[in-house]
Order: sequence, then C-alpha cells, then structure tokens
Amino acid sequence: MTENNNNTLPLEYSTEQGQMSIVGFWIFVAAEVALFATLFATYAVLFGRTADSPEAMELFQPGIALTMTFILLTSSFTCGLAIHSMREGSLKGLMIFLFITLALGLTFLGFEIYEFVHYASEGATLQSSAYWSGFFILTGTHGVHVTLGIGWMIAILIQLKQRGLTAVTNRKVFILGLYWHFLDVVWIFIFTGVYLIGMVV
Amino acid sequence: MQLDEFFVTGEPLIYAGMVAIAVVSAAIVFLLTYFKKWKWLWQEWLTTVDHKKIGVMYILVALAMIFRAGVDALMMRLQLAFPDMNFLNSQHYNEVFTTHGTIMIFFVAMPFLIGLMNVVVPLQIGARDFAFPYVNALSFWSLFFGAMLFNISFVIGGAPDTGWTNYAPQAGAVLNPGPGINFYLLGLQLSGIGTLATGINLMVTILRMRAPGITLFKMPIFSWSTLITSFIIVFAFPILTVALALMTVDRIFGSHFFTLAGEGLPMMWANLFWLWGHPEVYIVILPAFGIFSEIIATFARKQLFGYKTMVWAIILIAGLSFVVWVHHFFTMGAGAFVNSIFSITTMAIAVPTGVKIFNWLATLYKSKIIFPVPMLWSLAFIPSFTIGGVTGVMLGMAAADYQYHNTYFLVSHFHYVLIPGTVFASFAGLVFWYPKLFGHKLNEKIGKWAFWLFLIGFHVCFFPQYFLGLDGMARRVFTVGPEWFTLNFISTVGAFTMGLGFMVFVFGVIYSFRYSTRDLPGDDWQYGRTLEWATPTPVPKYNFATLPENVRTHDTLIDMKEDGETTFDEKKLESIHMPSYTGQPFIMMAILFFASFALVFEWITLAVIGLIATIVMMFIRSFDYDEGYHIEVDELRENERRARGLDDDRE
Ligand code: HEM
Ligand SMILES: [Cu+2]
Repeated sequence: MTENNNNTLPLEYSTEQGQMSIVGFWIFVAAEVALFATLFATYAVLFGRTADSPEAMELFQPGIALTMTFILLTSSFTCGLAIHSMREGSLKGLMIFLFITLALGLTFLGFEIYEFVHYASEGATLQSSAYWSGFFILTGTHGVHVTLGIGWMIAILIQLKQRGLTAVTNRKVFILGLYWHFLDVVWIFIFTGVYLIGMVV
Repeated sequence: MQLDEFFVTGEPLIYAGMVAIAVVSAAIVFLLTYFKKWKWLWQEWLTTVDHKKIGVMYILVALAMIFRAGVDALMMRLQLAFPDMNFLNSQHYNEVFTTHGTIMIFFVAMPFLIGLMNVVVPLQIGARDFAFPYVNALSFWSLFFGAMLFNISFVIGGAPDTGWTNYAPQAGAVLNPGPGINFYLLGLQLSGIGTLATGINLMVTILRMRAPGITLFKMPIFSWSTLITSFIIVFAFPILTVALALMTVDRIFGSHFFTLAGEGLPMMWANLFWLWGHPEVYIVILPAFGIFSEIIATFARKQLFGYKTMVWAIILIAGLSFVVWVHHFFTMGAGAFVNSIFSITTMAIAVPTGVKIFNWLATLYKSKIIFPVPMLWSLAFIPSFTIGGVTGVMLGMAAADYQYHNTYFLVSHFHYVLIPGTVFASFAGLVFWYPKLFGHKLNEKIGKWAFWLFLIGFHVCFFPQYFLGLDGMARRVFTVGPEWFTLNFISTVGAFTMGLGFMVFVFGVIYSFRYSTRDLPGDDWQYGRTLEWATPTPVPKYNFATLPENVRTHDTLIDMKEDGETTFDEKKLESIHMPSYTGQPFIMMAILFFASFALVFEWITLAVIGLIATIVMMFIRSFDYDEGYHIEVDELRENERRARGLDDDRE
C-alpha cells in the first residue's frame, strides 16, 4: 500500500491502490460474465416454453430493440469520450460527456420500462410462463445494472464537482467506464441472442 | 401473522433450543456489560479491517457452527440407531439433515478455510494486509449475518427441509410453502456475496501484493492453492447467486423457472446447483491440500516433493472441476452418451489428485519425520482421503452409479473426502498457525487425545456406511428396519466418539489459553519454511516492518536461516500506511440482514426499505475519503526491537 507515484502513467494508474482497484474490478467483471452467462443459458434452455402465454415472435418489435441498441451504443461512445477528456485533463469535458452518457442511460431505461409495460398489457409477464420468466429476469438484470450504473454515475459526478481530477476520482471514473462498456457488451448479446433470434425463430 | 406462526411451536427439542439461545445471549450481554467490554468489542473487533483479526473471527464462527451442525449430526445418528424411540419424526429429521449439510458446507468448511487464508496468505507473500481491507471486513460480516439468518430458522419460521441440495420442485412454493426454504435461499445469498468478494480480494492480493522477488513460482503452496481456489470462486459463485435468485423469484414473485406449471424445468435447478456445487467441493478441498503440503514439508523437514507438479495438479483439478457436474445426477436420464462423457471427466480428476498423493508420499520418503499434532492430522489424511477418492471413482462410473446413487455409499464417500480433507486440514492448520494468531501454542497432549478420538470415531462412524449403502440403505431416511441395526449402531458410536474428540479439542484451546508458555520465537515450530514464520509472534498489526528481499526459492525462510538473515532491516524502516477501522461494513451487512429477514417472510415493503438503506450506505461509502493513518519509524523501531529481543545500544 505504498503511495509511490509514477508520473508516466495516467492518473488512475498512478498509485498502487488505484492499480489494484482496477485489477480487482476486472476480476469482478469476470464474475459478472459468469453471472450473465448463467442467465443466458437459463434463457436458452427455457426458450419456447411459453405455455399458454404469447410467443416471443408475436410481441417483439424490431423498432424498439434497435432504438435501444443505438442509444446504449452511443452512450458507450460518449462514455469513451468522457474518459478521453479525463486523460486530457479536462474536468469540464469529462463532466459534460458523463452527463450525456447519463441522459442516454436514462432514455434507455425509459424505453425498457415502456417495453415491459407493453408486454405485460399483451399478457406476457414474469408469471406467465417459464420463457417469459427467463426473458424478464435476463433483460431485467441488465436493466437493474444500468440503473445502478446511473446512480453510481451521479455519485461520481458530485465527487468530481467537489474534488476535481485526482488519482482517486479518476480511478472511480475509469472503473465506472469499464462497467458501462461491459453493460453495453451484455446488451449486444441480449440484442442478438434474445431479440434477433426471438424474432425469427 | 400470529405469534405462533412466527415462532416454531410444539416441539420440546426446539423449545430447548430457544431456551439455550436466550440463555447464551443473555450471558454474553451480561459478561460484556459486567466486564465493561462493549467498547472493546466495537473498537477492536466489530470495526476491524485487520486481516488477522478478521481471520480469527471467521474461525470462531466456523467453530461455533461445527458445534451447531455437529449437534444436528448426533441427533440424526441417535435417531438412526434407535428408530423405535421416535426421537425425531420424519419432518424434524428432514429439517435436521438439511441444516446439518448446509451449515457444514457454507458456515464451517468455507469460513474455516477462508479464515486461515485470511491469516496466513498475506504473511506468506510478505504483504501487510489484503488488497482491499474494507471489502474484507464486508465479506466477513456478510458471512456472519448470512449464518445468523440461516441459523435462526429453526426457532423462527421453521427450518428448511429439502436437503442442502434443495431440489425443485420439492423446494418450490407449491410443495413447500412458508418461510423455511426462503431462509435457505437468502441466508446463502447473503453469505455468498462475501465469498465472491473474498475471492476477488485474495486474487488481487496474491497477484499484486507479493513482496519483491516472490514470483508466482516462488510462492508457498498454500498461497498457490488459495489463488486457484479464488479463481474457482469467481467463476462458480455467480452461478449459485443466479440459481438462488431464480428460486427466490419463483417462490416469492411467482415466476416459473423450476416449477411444474408454466413449462418450468425442475431439473434445471439440479444442473445449476451442481454447476456451482462440484466446483464448490474443490473450493473446500484445494486449500486443504495446500495446508497439508505446508505441514508435511515442515515436519518431514524436507522440501516438498514436486512443487511444480503440485501447482499444475491444482490448476488441472480446478479446470476439470467445472466439467463433471452431471455425475451428481446420472440417474436423471440424460442418456448413455452424456453420462459416458461425464464419467470420463470425473475419473480424469482422480489423476491429478493421485499425483498429489504420490508427491506427499515422496516428500515423506526417507525424511526425518517428527510428529506434532498438525503432522498427525496430515498423515491421517493421506490414507483416509484416498479411500474417499477411490469410492468417488466408483461412483463416477455412470452404470454402476445407478446402484450407489443416493445410498449411504454416497454419504460415506463424501464424508470420507470432506472430513479427512477439509476438516482435518482445518484442525491441522489451526493448530499449526495457532501461535501466529494467539501468541501461544495448543497443548500437545490434549491435542493428541482429540486427534485419536476424532480419527478413530470418524472411521468407526463412516466405514460401516459404505456397507449399509451397498446393502441398499437410502440416504435421508428417518427410520430403518432391524436388519441394519448393527451397522447403524456402530456408526452412531463412532459419531459420538468424534463429538467427544471435538470437545477435547475445544478443551485444549481453553486449557492452553491458561497454561501455555507465551514468549515464542517467531519460528514457533523451529522448522518453518515460509515467510509467516519470519514475523515475530504475535504478529504486529503491520506484519512486516520492512518487506522481505532476496527471495530465492519457495522455501524462503529456510534460505534465510541458512544465511543467518531476517526480514527485518532497521536501516530500511519507513513509515507504514495503515487503513482506518470502520463500522460501515458491520452496519451495512446488518441492514442487509434485516432486509433479507423481511424477504424471508415476504414482507416486501420492509425488504425494499432495507434495500434502499443499503444503497444509502453504499453512497456514504462512496463519499468517504478516509485515507488511513501512518505508523512512524520510531514506533516501528521500538516495537520490532522489543519483539525480536534486539538490544538498544545499536543506536
Ligand atoms: C477423486 C475424486 C472424486 C470423485 C471421482 C468423486 C465422484 C463423485 C460422484 C460421482 C458423486 C455423485 C454420486 C451420486 O450422487 O451417486 C460424488 C458426490 C459427492 N462428492 Fe465426490 N468425488 C471426488 C472427490 C470429492 C471431493 C474432494 C469432495 C469434497 C471435498 C467431494 C464431495 C462430494 C459431495 C459433497 C458429494 C455429494 C453430495 C450430495 O449428493 O449431497 N467429492 N462424488
Ligand atoms: Cu461432484
């Protein structure tokens, strides 16, 4: 836990504690991969087991899923820009891009909630059948992750306002960035594995 | 809800349990108040982030839980020896074997080993603490409150009764309404958070905090096994998290993952459970292998034979542990092809395991063995565990398993691997590292009594069970016919002998606390090979005043002793950064405990409030910029000189 600074590295990597936190977070992401892999496997096994409830094909709307995908992909891009600004040393740029990311995240959530409510009105809920249980838990777990990410982003924005760019705040932003990109990757799999396949099979 | 729905009523044994809980709690409160120890408890223990103290607390929980689950075991053995006495009825028997198995795996095996890792791993790799001391405290409290939640079930709400494997649809809401199974699901969920966090923590600690010169292949073998175990934890525990969560959602919110209605798939539970469950059995055996390796090399006074093959064997076992899970339900009917594949992978695990057995034997070969208590446990482990392994391979043959499955043959198999493996290792490790924890050794003579009673009791208890199983006695039955009386009775005698052995062990702890010599040299067994023995006894809170250097082999301390070196170099002293103690982990997990408790009874509003409070706590943590404090050079110098008996005239 020594605090020897290394000036050639980005600020978030400059302390040993910062480096360890980042490594630790990567390992956490590995655990999250295992978690989502299990959910995907569950979903796949339950695919088509809709009992008396509607089929996926009847309800899925390509438009919404595609829009959500674009929103989340864009938010990942703005999140990358935020990290870029941070590396350039621009607090303002960082905060602006984080705000945009946050707004996009919220929009994504709005669409997801709309989608869930719509399906429920068509008779597909968590309780309808094994398939819909799998669907709602898989996409819902991703949604909960996005929600937590948004709360986390708000906390970090306040800290940036209070403290500016330091080894600690930069590390927090960087880790949040990793998390956000990870959620984006998960969504890509949901988009292909759930929506695209669900619309054709 | 009526009060008599909340508390379990109508069972004399459970009333006795309630009285016992009330008396013990009152006694604790009284003693703490009488001796004015509340502040001490809070400042020294509940808020600590020191890996050694956290390790001690893990081990205390494990010992308390052995007691609880051990009583369960004795109750079962009593019932099976004298089924006509109607000591336990079938419902009560179901509850008892469920809590026994669950507690032994989750709240004995896991915390015991994690406790030892907590204490030893940073010392072995020359580190001053875990990578994330705060998270470490969080992990412990998650385990603690998870264990509490699970344990209160038998007096409040009713205990789970579907076995530690908790199979659907038996455990679903339709066939099993009420809070029992929810206690299982949420208690394990709560403690699982901590296990995952510990896995990550240990991995970062080992990968990033080794002292200069300790490359991976110069790392002591126990640290290696911890590293690999952490890998398994990181990839296996999320599966359990998901399985438990899905079953919880099934039961409380009416989804259809494992139900019979709505096209759910009950067998998916078995798949998910064992996808985690088989790696889990290796999570509890690999650290045990590590402990035995250390102890055998130490008291054979010889380098561990085949260090590198040991490491590769651990890695191979860890990999294979993820691809054998189907052997737990060959009888599900997945078909000959699938069963054959999993038969082969299962038998393959015996190969690296066998390599390890031969390495231990080769270490002992032509060495000058001495026989203190930790070595006795380790030597007894080798043949006993081998019996368990060989019967495991028998079970692994899918066609034959149709005969053995869910009989006492299986019960005996897994006790033969878990007890000589995990339990012996925990005892051996505790006795071995005890001086590092408490500054004195355990009494050898009492320790030997405990060892022999436990070892003999173990074999008398479980060896007959192989034959009961071959004879057709099914597991999890609460009553047996007279034709199986003799073997069951012998088994029960063995069980009580083990119980006696454990009591003697605990007596040894108390006796040694009063009578053992303090003032130990640091290398407390004289033959220490690794860095934990280079620290003074008891270990100062910063572990190493100066970090070790010049590490040449994995037997670092042996090299140092040959060259007359120590890890302490007064000229290199610098102030040491330490993390501050904090009550946040305790409070956060206490809140989560209440949220989980509410969810057990499906009081959704309360549960949501608890969840929000937890998130608030996380926010508070996020805004907490406590930087810790420093221990200055003067204090370090004084401290080390006193501990190492160096004189002051060198100034
Ligand atoms: C050579 C290594 C091993 C092999 C080949 C092996 C094989 C097996 C097989 C095939 C079963 C399922 C039998 C059935 O249900 O009919 C089984 C069950 C079990 N094994 Fe092993 N095993 C080995 C080592 C271990 C170790 C090291 C542990 C733990 C430390 C362990 C713990 C268990 C447990 C807890 C169960 C069953 C639990 C239950 O159904 O409640 N095994 N083993
Ligand atoms: Cu297994």
